[in-house]
Amino acid sequence: MAERYKTAGTNVETTVLGADEIILNMGPQHPSTHGVLRVKLRLDGEKVVGSECVIGYLHRGVEKIAEHRNYQQFAPYVDRMDYVAAVSNGLGYCEAVEKLLGVEAPPRARVIRTILTELQRIASHLFWLGTHALDIGALTPLFYCLREREEILKIFEKYCGARLTTHAFRIGGMQYEAYDELEKDVERFCKDFDKRVDEYEALLTENRIWVGRTKGIGVLTADAAIAMGVTGPVLRASGVQWDIRKAMPYAAYDQYEFSIPTGKSGDTYDRYLVRLEEMRQSRKICLQAIEKIPAGPILGKVGKVLKPPPGEIYHSIEGPKGELGYYIVSDGTTQPYRVRIRPPSLMNLEALDQMIRGHLVADVVAVIGTLDIVLGEVDR
Amino acid sequence: MNVIMPYVLPVLFALVIVALLPLLAGYIVLVERKVMADMQVRLGPMRVGPHGLLQPIADAVKLLLKEDIIPENADRLVFWGAPLISVTAAMLALAALPIGPFFQIADLNIGLLFILGVSSLGIFGIVLGGWASNSHYSLLGALRSAAQLVSYETSAGLAIVGALLLAGTLSTRGIVQAQSATGWWFIFVAPVGFFIYLVASIAETNRAPFDMPEAESELVAGYMTEYSGFRWALYFLAEYTNMIVVASIATTLFLGGWLRPFANTPLFNFLDYLPPLLMLGVAGYCFWRAPKQPVAVQKMFMVAVGLLCIALTLALAMPLAAPAGSLLASSKAGIHGAFWFLFKVAAYIYVFMWLRFTFPRYRFDQLMRLGWQFLVPLSIVNVMGMGLGLALHRQLNWPAAPALILGIVLTLAAGAYLLATGEKHEHPRVGEEEETSVDA
Repeated sequence: MAERYKTAGTNVETTVLGADEIILNMGPQHPSTHGVLRVKLRLDGEKVVGSECVIGYLHRGVEKIAEHRNYQQFAPYVDRMDYVAAVSNGLGYCEAVEKLLGVEAPPRARVIRTILTELQRIASHLFWLGTHALDIGALTPLFYCLREREEILKIFEKYCGARLTTHAFRIGGMQYEAYDELEKDVERFCKDFDKRVDEYEALLTENRIWVGRTKGIGVLTADAAIAMGVTGPVLRASGVQWDIRKAMPYAAYDQYEFSIPTGKSGDTYDRYLVRLEEMRQSRKICLQAIEKIPAGPILGKVGKVLKPPPGEIYHSIEGPKGELGYYIVSDGTTQPYRVRIRPPSLMNLEALDQMIRGHLVADVVAVIGTLDIVLGEVDR
Repeated sequence: MNVIMPYVLPVLFALVIVALLPLLAGYIVLVERKVMADMQVRLGPMRVGPHGLLQPIADAVKLLLKEDIIPENADRLVFWGAPLISVTAAMLALAALPIGPFFQIADLNIGLLFILGVSSLGIFGIVLGGWASNSHYSLLGALRSAAQLVSYETSAGLAIVGALLLAGTLSTRGIVQAQSATGWWFIFVAPVGFFIYLVASIAETNRAPFDMPEAESELVAGYMTEYSGFRWALYFLAEYTNMIVVASIATTLFLGGWLRPFANTPLFNFLDYLPPLLMLGVAGYCFWRAPKQPVAVQKMFMVAVGLLCIALTLALAMPLAAPAGSLLASSKAGIHGAFWFLFKVAAYIYVFMWLRFTFPRYRFDQLMRLGWQFLVPLSIVNVMGMGLGLALHRQLNWPAAPALILGIVLTLAAGAYLLATGEKHEHPRVGEEEETSVDA
């Protein structure tokens, strides 16, 4: 174990410390490591000269559990990975199994899936914005963000009874028909929401302190981002226009018009702007989708017992945090042989060390916040 | 007997302050939480007592009963003594502040110097506490705090000099009397000085957006990380006492101390009726809400608060109603003075809270840059501007207004220049950072 660390060259403890350096252990119990992330920081005064992430404090063996459940039974487990974006997780898994089975969800289900997933993206970004601002010391935006997120959770609750771990979709479509008022609720939410985003911008975007704390902090160049497999808003803020919703459309995204916001410098401020714009774009998609929800069945022709033919499949979606991929191997039985999940948070977290070197302790917190990690997803 | 007599009243006042201050600090915390809740579309504490009015008592009891933990590797003696230093220094500073023309423990002729000196001692409590905890977070917090206090003490001191030039005395009472004599509060005569003091005092009391030493999201709780229970409460008490102290200094120096707005203008004498009416309003609200409280205890508590307000109304109104020349009427200056002083202190603290819930937090190096590259130069220029204005007025017999306005305008011009040049140095770190390698 120790040998491996040495060759990896990232272990901060086995390297010789300079006389003016200390090791600061941040987490797993720390107010702003967003759960149970542990970062060992090597500091020169307050300047970070090295770091090492220790993960696994929230490991629950989600992938292993999949091998002992049948396909439908595993669906609720994926909700518990990225627990602030459960609907997106479910969508990715259901679509992957559908691909493996060779069935397609009916058009109505696909449109409703799109609406709910986009609402979930907004909710996830709102939660990110609130906690990110809190990390940088702005106490108030969190509560405004939670106020709007609450509206979205109410829609989820009306739809399927659950707010957080929704298990909103079924393999082959959806279990529940959309409730009567869904369009009205979504429309009401969307109507106010643009103004609300303006409010957040009024609080932060032009704020001298906010700009000072985020501009030029945690810069990630496009090349470095691609090399490390970083995806989602973090990649787009570095100037790479890559969004799976456009590149490999799934659900009903090919029917809607939206743009992919990108940043220029790949710093924390750009990531902030990109996510804010993504919320506006998601709102646009929702508005287009509720205009015309096709009639028809909501569940495709799938049997009670799912027995996909032997084979393997990789399917990925654009989750709120990046590319969320499912790699499923079937051996022809009712249980998957192997499920491998590509969590965007884990891949994005790998960029942390590079982003914080040379910055101060305060910036570490800002960068962890801007990566938008959820430890449930990192550790699985 | 004659030896003792002069000390009776100050000792009595001191006892009142020491007895009431923890309670006051507790209620400032409650108000802060309520103000925060109001700005964040929430209700805040609502459980203990009506509208959470008993929350500070519950908190205090909880903190007193908590286990007293001293970390294994801590320096026990220093760990034990550090919070005491902080609290003592903060409380001592209150001794020289006049809460109204009569309620003052000691009118020192070097009052302001005493306050500044003693309240700076509080930093020892923070540094020693952070060091004695033997924890990295505490140590970083303590070092940040030391650097921050030293930096902002400089600009705060220089901002005060501006007002001192106007008053010509260091006695806190004398400063208020000087404002009373001219009829102009020094905030109008030295607005730049007030602004500098406002910023510096927020930084000095470690409040957001300058709450570096205890930046919750970075250093957990800074120098207080290893403290719990009653010792932690002492630090907290010191922090809130410091807030009261800086608010009192600002009130005394810039906001006219115990003076009513337009104190010298008989036209505005109706303002004397404002305090009792305000208290009456609060009492009325309490009585109105009392029957709507869900539990009997809460009803009683609400009525008790209402009665307290009625008592205060009477105390404030009786001097007004009493015939002129009577003892009661002569107590008006003291009672109303205390009201206006506390009112201004409260308003100043409210600004603190307002800023805290609005702004993100500065980073440590940005804070230092703001302090040394903007506030200190500006405060030096401010002193020179004030000096110039006063010299023109007193030596060359210019009328006061144009002389002082000239000084202020020159100061503002210097401030604008500092801001403009400061922009260039705003983000110098990225790219210029030398490469460091950790790999062995």
